[in-house]
Amino acid sequence: MPVATHLPDAEALCAALADAMRPHVDPAATALVGIHTGGVWVAARLHAALGLKIPPGSIDVSFYRDDYHQRGLHANAKTSQIPFDVEGAHIVIVDDVLHTGRTIRAAMNELFDYGRPARIDLAVLTDRGGRELPIAPTFCPHSLSLPAAQILALERADDGGLSFRLIEK
Amino acid sequence: MSAFGKQPNPQLNSHGELQHLLTIEGLPREMLTRILDTAAPFSEVAEREVKKVPLLRGKSVFNLFFENSTRTRTTFEIAAKRLSADVINLNISTSSANKGETLLDTADNLAAMQADMFVVRHASSGAPHLLAQHLAATGRDHIHVVNAGDGRHAHPTQGLLDMYTIRHYKTDFTQLTIAIVGDVLHSRVARSQIHALTTLGVPEVRVIAPKTLLPTGIERLGVRVFNDMREGLRGVDVVMMLRLQNERMQGALLPSTQEYFKSYGLTPEKLSLAKPDAIVMHPGPMNRGVEIDSAVADGGQAVILPQVTFGIAVRMAVMAMLAGNS
Repeated sequence: MPVATHLPDAEALCAALADAMRPHVDPAATALVGIHTGGVWVAARLHAALGLKIPPGSIDVSFYRDDYHQRGLHANAKTSQIPFDVEGAHIVIVDDVLHTGRTIRAAMNELFDYGRPARIDLAVLTDRGGRELPIAPTFCPHSLSLPAAQILALERADDGGLSFRLIEK
Repeated sequence: MSAFGKQPNPQLNSHGELQHLLTIEGLPREMLTRILDTAAPFSEVAEREVKKVPLLRGKSVFNLFFENSTRTRTTFEIAAKRLSADVINLNISTSSANKGETLLDTADNLAAMQADMFVVRHASSGAPHLLAQHLAATGRDHIHVVNAGDGRHAHPTQGLLDMYTIRHYKTDFTQLTIAIVGDVLHSRVARSQIHALTTLGVPEVRVIAPKTLLPTGIERLGVRVFNDMREGLRGVDVVMMLRLQNERMQGALLPSTQEYFKSYGLTPEKLSLAKPDAIVMHPGPMNRGVEIDSAVADGGQAVILPQVTFGIAVRMAVMAMLAGNS
C-alpha cells in the first residue's frame, strides 16, 4: 500500500462503496448497522443510495471494547439502536475506516447479544492497514497505509458533507 | 500519603476521575451530567435478547448490607450482573456496639478474597467513607466503594436515579421548581437530592415538612422551607415524596400517622396545586395512606416505577465508570 500523500475524497468513496455493494444486497432483506460515529453517517448514505427497506441500525461499541480495563469507560457512549430482528438477518456492518479490527470484533460481539444473524458482511470506506485481528472487509473501495501515530477521522460538515481529516496522536 | 490526606475530594483519584461514589456533595456538575449521560445507553441493554454487557466480566462485586434493604440491594445486584460481574450478597445485621470495627474486619476478609468493588449500606453515617479511607491507607485503593445509603448522610445512587428520572420527563433542570416533601430530618435521600438538584442548576428547590422533621439550618443547603404543604406545592414541576421513617423516630416527633397524612400526605386535591403536568416521585418503599394517597401513587402523574427501572441503568453506569478508573 502506498503511504498517503493526500487524503481520499470521502464523498467519492461513499458512491464507490454503494456501487460495490449494489449487486450483493437485497433491498428488501439486507440491513445495515453503522458504528458510531462515522459509520452511522456512511450507513445513512448507503441506505439511501441502495434504496434499502429496513431502517439502518447503529452501534456504539463502548461496552464491548477490549481496552476498557486500560482506558476506562468511553466518555461519550451513545445508545445502540437495532430497529430490526437480528435473528436470521443479513447484516452489513458499516464503518468509516478499518484499522486494527478491534472495533469490528466488538461490534460483532454486541450484535450477537441481539440474536444470531444469518450472515454478517463488513463495508468500509477505506482500509488504512495495521490489522491486529483476523478481520477483512467484504466491501472496501480504497486502501492506504498510515503510520500508527496518525488517526484518519471522518468528519461531517454542517451541510452534511463528509470529508477525511488526519489527526496526529 | 496518609489515607486521603492530600486529596481535596476523597471520591476522585489523582487524575480527577471517580474512584468511589460516597456522596453527591462536592461533585462538579460535569461529573453528575456525565453519569446521567452514561446511564442512557445502559438503559437500552435491558431491551436486548441478552441483557448483559461484558464490562465487569471476571470482577467480584460484594453487596455489604449492614441494614436491610430489598429494593436497593436487588437493583445493585441486577446492575452488577448485567455488567457480567460476579455478585456476592452479604446481609450483615449490626448488633455490635462498635460498628466501625465490624465493617473494616468484614471488608479486610473480603478484600482477601480478591474483591473489586464494595456496595455498602450502613446505619452509621460515614461508614462507606471510613471503608474507602481504610482501603487507601492499606494500599488497596484499587477496590471501589459505592455508598448504597449511610445513616442520615447520603444515598448518592438514589439521588442520581432521581435526577435521571427528572431529566427524562422534564429535560432542562434550569427551568424547574421542585418540592421535596416529608421526613427530611431522617432522610439521606433528601440530602442527596438537594445536593444534586442545586449542583445541576435547579433554580428553586423547596422543602416541605413539619418543623419537627426538618434538620436545623437546612436553608443553608440552598432550599426554600415551607411548613404548609399546600403553599409549598403551588406551581411546582416535580413533587419528590419521602418515606416517613417510622423506624428511625425517637420521641414524639409526630402526633400520629393519621394526623401526618392530613397535613403532609399527597392527595389528588393537594397535587392539583402543582403544575398540571407535574410528576410525582417516591424512593420507595411507600407508606400508602401515610405520606401518599393510593390514588396518587397509582395515578397518571406518578413515575415511581420508572424510577426503579432507571435505577438499574444509573447503577450500571456508576459501577462501569468506577471499575474503569483504576
